[in-house]
Amino acid sequence: MTFRTCKLLTIFTEAALEKTLIRDIERLGATGYTISDVRGKGSRGLRNSSWEPNSSIRVEVICDQELAEIIVAYFQEHYYANFAMTIFTVDVTFYPSVSLQIL
Amino acid sequence: MDVIILFFLFGLAAGLLRSELRLPAALYDFLSIVLLLAIGLKGGVELAKQPFVDLLPQILAVIAMGIVLPLTAYPALRHLGKFKRADAASIAAHYGSVSVGTYAVAIAYLGSRHIGFEPHMPLLLVVLEVPAILIGIILARGIDRQTQWGDVAHEVLLGKGVVLLLGGLLIGWLAGPEGLVSIEPFFFDLFQGVLALFLLEMGLLTASQFGSLRRHGLFILGFGVIMPLYSGLVGTLLGCLLGLSVGGTTILAILAASASYIAVPAAMRISVPEANPTLSLSASLGVTFPFNVLFGIPICHMLAVYAHNLLGG
Repeated sequence: MTFRTCKLLTIFTEAALEKTLIRDIERLGATGYTISDVRGKGSRGLRNSSWEPNSSIRVEVICDQELAEIIVAYFQEHYYANFAMTIFTVDVTFYPSVSLQIL
Repeated sequence: MDVIILFFLFGLAAGLLRSELRLPAALYDFLSIVLLLAIGLKGGVELAKQPFVDLLPQILAVIAMGIVLPLTAYPALRHLGKFKRADAASIAAHYGSVSVGTYAVAIAYLGSRHIGFEPHMPLLLVVLEVPAILIGIILARGIDRQTQWGDVAHEVLLGKGVVLLLGGLLIGWLAGPEGLVSIEPFFFDLFQGVLALFLLEMGLLTASQFGSLRRHGLFILGFGVIMPLYSGLVGTLLGCLLGLSVGGTTILAILAASASYIAVPAAMRISVPEANPTLSLSASLGVTFPFNVLFGIPICHMLAVYAHNLLGG
């Protein structure tokens, strides 16, 4: 069984940013991502997804540490000041599919 | 009082009492899609009956109104309200644009009183949605080379509201009245029911804005009431100048008086991120939407009747 240790980068942010973030993530080098609709409360108040301006998303990216750091630094610089955004990374054991193993 | 208004008040009361009532977000999306398409379809059918060129002066006049309204709101917000430049520009953009929800309530109001209006109003609704967004961005940042105008245009012209309204207009225009018979029960007969549910949700959303409204004080409250009265007056005068009927003038006045709470927040969030979205939403959704639904529409109607009598129209 092939596996490798990677970072799972998780970003909680405003749904309004979805298109922009995905473009950034792909441009910075990530090959994939997962997005889910979420709701919750943070320093910018309750975001309960009752309608569009109040909706939040969770974006998850599995990547190596170097890329995770690049993405985090970019987002901190561009979005932290004006948007509700929380980012963290955790170590994960990643089991790539056959096609990714060849890569 | 119209029954749909009772649904709005019901939602508002349930929200203020912190009831457990919560409509699924997907239902709200569905209801707004049906409303936008129904409004578009109805307009499209009627649009087919008149040459587009005849409407051009009205379209241009409405674009001019969409530019003038935010330009007058901005100095008031900046100097009287002491808002930061970005916040003043963003709120001004909200008030120059339109609320489809308010428009839907206005046509129901006129419908229940058997007052006719020009059928191309949905086209003016689409037209008025756009210019204020661009003015808001320019007010916030000037003609900035860093502004990604391509992205802005995409957000504004291909946003959900504009696409659904234009799609509905086009389908209605192509299909004509006979073509729409098969879908009439869903889009037209159910319109009032869909609108009632939509307003229930809007009541809940409005109640959710009251907390932030308390924090942002009296100016927002005053602005949220005075601005639609001023804009409604501008819309009434323009309606008379353009030779619209009493019903049409009422609709144009309420289009001017309404403030956006979907398209503009989304565009401003991306284009002017430093503007605080809570400020503009508590004004447009927390104050102006309920004000227009409860009082603004009858006031605009009254203004239209008064202006037409005065001008002998």
